[in-house]
Amino acid sequence: MIRVEEICVTFNAGSAIETKALRDLQLTIPAGEFVTVIGSNGAGKSTLLNLIAGETRSDSGRVLIEESDVTGWSTARRSALVARVFQDPMAGSCENLTLQENLALASSRGQRRGLSQAVNRERQEEFRRRIAQLGLGLDKRLNDRMGLLSGGQRQAVSLVMATINPMKILLLDEHTAALDPKTAAFVMALTDRIIRRLSLTTMMVTHSMRQALGHGDRTVMLHEGRIVLDVAGDERSRMRVEDLLHLFEQVRGQALDDDKLLLD
Amino acid sequence: MSLIAFLGAIEAGLLFGLVALGVFISFRILDFPDLTVDGSLPLGAATAATLIVSGADPYLATLAAMAAGALAGLVTALLNVWLGILHLLASILTMISLYTINLRVMGKPNQALLGEATVFTPFEGLGLPFYWLTPVCLLLLLVLAVWLVTRFLTSEIGLGMRATGANPRMAASQGIETGRMKMLGIALSNSLVGLTGALFAQIQGGADITMGVGVIVVGLAAVILGEAVLSTRTILLATIGCVIGSILYRLAVAFALNAEFLGLQAQDLKLITAVLVVIAMSLPGLRRRWHGRRRRR
Repeated sequence: MIRVEEICVTFNAGSAIETKALRDLQLTIPAGEFVTVIGSNGAGKSTLLNLIAGETRSDSGRVLIEESDVTGWSTARRSALVARVFQDPMAGSCENLTLQENLALASSRGQRRGLSQAVNRERQEEFRRRIAQLGLGLDKRLNDRMGLLSGGQRQAVSLVMATINPMKILLLDEHTAALDPKTAAFVMALTDRIIRRLSLTTMMVTHSMRQALGHGDRTVMLHEGRIVLDVAGDERSRMRVEDLLHLFEQVRGQALDDDKLLLD
Repeated sequence: MSLIAFLGAIEAGLLFGLVALGVFISFRILDFPDLTVDGSLPLGAATAATLIVSGADPYLATLAAMAAGALAGLVTALLNVWLGILHLLASILTMISLYTINLRVMGKPNQALLGEATVFTPFEGLGLPFYWLTPVCLLLLLVLAVWLVTRFLTSEIGLGMRATGANPRMAASQGIETGRMKMLGIALSNSLVGLTGALFAQIQGGADITMGVGVIVVGLAAVILGEAVLSTRTILLATIGCVIGSILYRLAVAFALNAEFLGLQAQDLKLITAVLVVIAMSLPGLRRRWHGRRRRR
């Protein structure tokens, strides 16, 4: 479960470029629910994700994960509960480390790290099995440097890294936006499969309205740091991309000029 | 070059291989340009020499020198992590402070160690000539150091340290306390340099306040030479490369100083080192530019 209570986030407070990124935001995501978050640039989507991950601090309010109040926790401390896949395929892994070293880093997430060797035979077997499930032939490349992999391969491995260890919530930050359409579809199908199999509490930020409605159980639209739409169940399954677009135009009070949202 | 000059170069190369390992951890693993080493080498020397002269066991004195080095490194890391001072500046501040501290430790600009027992004394009865004894001891020590550093950097904590340097945001999201990793790594790096200082003082018969000048450049030269000679594909190759690079550097310097037609003298050493490092660091970029120009033609 994720609960965000009366959260305000202000950037550059007190200066001429002061921006209120989140205003009195309230959001509760029950355990096992998959929520997609949509909104225009600057609506606060990424800020909300960073707030839950611990990278951004709020001026007021509380963040709860499961029953723990994590408001004052560092990103590293929250990592026992939160796993994350970044938008930039380069951001979620270390390109100079090998595939299996990256996986070893992720396997120790939320656990005490010691002086024992990070990659051992037992772990290697586990990594090979997990990576083989991707069906990309990467299980033969465990000793390759991560930097040699393509963007799509790296995002697929990032998903494995995020889910290799038990955690409570999964945060996806436009994780298919930097990929070509075919690879994006593959990574999205993989995402659905993993989330369903592990029944993960998930929050996925996306730029694509089709993706927002086509995946998950509930869709939230942010605008200027507030939630302006929150749909689930029948209402959501009846909703088409055009309806969402129409609503989007209404809240913005102007015609949509961002073609990217329409097209993908 | 005579055998003794050759062994002298090997000895210095092995000894500064420890500095190279330290610089490898700060510059390459943590991406933290740490100039503290210019102060922590004389700190190690001053600590060990002062303790030995006042009757302490040379092994304990050497351990104390390592601890002093680690403490100096920790100060630099804390200035950076807690106070948010730029890493380079933080290390320069520590380095400058250490100049005063080193004078305080010795109570004077140098401390002689003539006739005192050193860490090498117990091995003198083994029948090796004196000019073989130190290189052999240092070789064994360096094998141990390379093995330990490699084991550490492939351990879970070590992997966390490598991630901290390579991708701090990712490291934090994987539960690695990046600030703590910097403290540990820079302390470790400077403890190796403190050890170098302690051994250096015991080999050359004393500590001197100026013995740290340019240590960072020598260490960097060794790391870069090692990378040029051996690949950096694995941590083991990279750490062995540090030691090989350090030895190659000392051999090159010895040859240059021995080649009389060049007319070089000992005081030219620091300038030569700096020029060498500039060439080594600019080569990859120059090569790329050269290839680019040819392709465009």
